[in-house]
Amino acid sequence: MGELAEPFGMALPSFMKHVGILERTGLIRSRKHGRIRTCALEQKNLAAAERWFADQRAMWASRYQNLDSLLESLNGEDRGS
Amino acid sequence: MEKTVAAELQFDFVVDKEKHTITVKREFAAGRQLVWDCHTKRELLDRWFAPKPLTTKTSHMEFKPGGYWHYAMITPDGQAFWSRLDYQAIHPIDSYAALDGFCDEAGIVNPDMPRARWDVAFTDAKERTLVTTVVLYNSAGDVQKAIDMGLKDGLASTLERLDELLLEMGETA
Repeated sequence: MGELAEPFGMALPSFMKHVGILERTGLIRSRKHGRIRTCALEQKNLAAAERWFADQRAMWASRYQNLDSLLESLNGEDRGS
Repeated sequence: MEKTVAAELQFDFVVDKEKHTITVKREFAAGRQLVWDCHTKRELLDRWFAPKPLTTKTSHMEFKPGGYWHYAMITPDGQAFWSRLDYQAIHPIDSYAALDGFCDEAGIVNPDMPRARWDVAFTDAKERTLVTTVVLYNSAGDVQKAIDMGLKDGLASTLERLDELLLEMGETA
């Protein structure tokens, strides 16, 4: 843990908190061997999460493009009436 | 001409994993009243809410605190994904707050699935309107459940194709 925390320049307890969040989310897993705790990335979950966020982004981008078209046609109707 | 205008419209999509929120900001080239109407009237929602190539079908809409919108997003081959949005607070034409949820055709919410809170704000941005949507999950665990569900229910693969399509169009850059 100390080794992982070093580049971040934060106190170990704060760092542990961040690691705890990542672990609860399933993005990493940690194991204790005696006094040493090691962390490993859960590649599969990480990839699934990233894909889901990308999908969500695509969904909002697409629905808002639909809304652009709708607003344009509604504005057109306004001007036409 | 259309393309140039569309390209200038602000679109931000920010994930905050620590606060388990997704914040979506988007500008629209229309006045606030019209943009508000498009978010709150069933006949208008049906014309834009589902991403292409899906379509939207409203089964029930009562836009008032305590009321809800029950709708389906339907794939070209007829598969329906039902959801509902329960309205908690409404301040025309500034903002509304609602609770989303996966449900069935009868509108019964799936109790195993997390519900996220939506805070949607409408603000003037010169001649445009800025819509800010904050989707808040109760916990990181709830986000994970939504991800797992998304992978199972088939909507994910539909959206993935959409993702690829947008990428081809250069829209996700």
